[in-house]
Amino acid sequence: MSALDSLTPFINWLAHTRVSQTIGDIAWLTPAVQSVHILAIAVVMSGVLMLDLRLLSVLGRDQTTAQFAGRYLPWVWWSLLILLATGAILIVSEPKRSLENPVFVLKMGLLLIASALALLVQQTLHRDQLYWEAPARRLAARAVALSSLAVWACIVFAGRWIAYSQG
Amino acid sequence: MILQDLWPALEHMPFALAVRQSDLLFPWIESVHVLAIVLVVGTVFIVDLRLLGLASRGRPVTQLAREVLPYTWAAYGLAACTGFLLFSSSAVSYVNDLPFRLKMLTMAMAGMNMLVFHFVSYRGVARWDRSARPPLGARTAAGISMACWVAIVVFGRWVGFSLN
Repeated sequence: MSALDSLTPFINWLAHTRVSQTIGDIAWLTPAVQSVHILAIAVVMSGVLMLDLRLLSVLGRDQTTAQFAGRYLPWVWWSLLILLATGAILIVSEPKRSLENPVFVLKMGLLLIASALALLVQQTLHRDQLYWEAPARRLAARAVALSSLAVWACIVFAGRWIAYSQG
Repeated sequence: MILQDLWPALEHMPFALAVRQSDLLFPWIESVHVLAIVLVVGTVFIVDLRLLGLASRGRPVTQLAREVLPYTWAAYGLAACTGFLLFSSSAVSYVNDLPFRLKMLTMAMAGMNMLVFHFVSYRGVARWDRSARPPLGARTAAGISMACWVAIVVFGRWVGFSLN
């Protein structure tokens, strides 16, 4: 917990800034921003689901994984940007709720892993459109897809548990 | 009215009491509920954006619907079951909660919109299956659908603030 404790002065400063208090004073703002946050994660989750199901060869075998990535990944990246922006607003309005919360730290760690997996798929396809079509990579494709789905599901769970794990 | 007796009775069912009395059941079921709703909304958006001519324009509508909608229905079943469990734990409070009522109303609207689309516009899908920009009827249904699901998420989040 020491790494989290060192943030305390920053958290106290942030909580007392005018922008933080203004957001906190507008009662409807937090649920509104959270709603946008949930809608953005809906787009990310379903885009990732479609791409990962293609990696698993469960659907869309008439198209290449590269074509699926081209259809879905731009939506994932733009929605991720909205998630970061709305997430930042929620942190500024209630810094203690997230920054002092181990579940939030876990969620950010999982987010890095999930983003790295999506980036890995995108970069390999950028170099070789048929990278994941190779039979020798069937197992790797399966591992990437299943871990990506599991990590994103955990991110959604962690997001909900932030509300329940405050000290 | 018989419904007024039904909600307290539901609250006293063993599973409803279990959800209310446990510290862990409610958050876990709620997490699954959120994950399921997120998948319903996102996969519905994939099809709606195709009908609006804004995404997957090179993919035939029927083919996209076939590969996406089974996951929508699976997630919907999960959302309905978990939602019912959460509802049962405080049925009387939920029934009297404005955002909860609005959420149920909007879900009924989304359902009716889907039925109208299915039995009217979608009947002629063979003519515009590969069209990058489907006809006005299909685009209207897709727009209404997206608006309904955005509202369902907003009302759902609002329930969490109004009920506690």
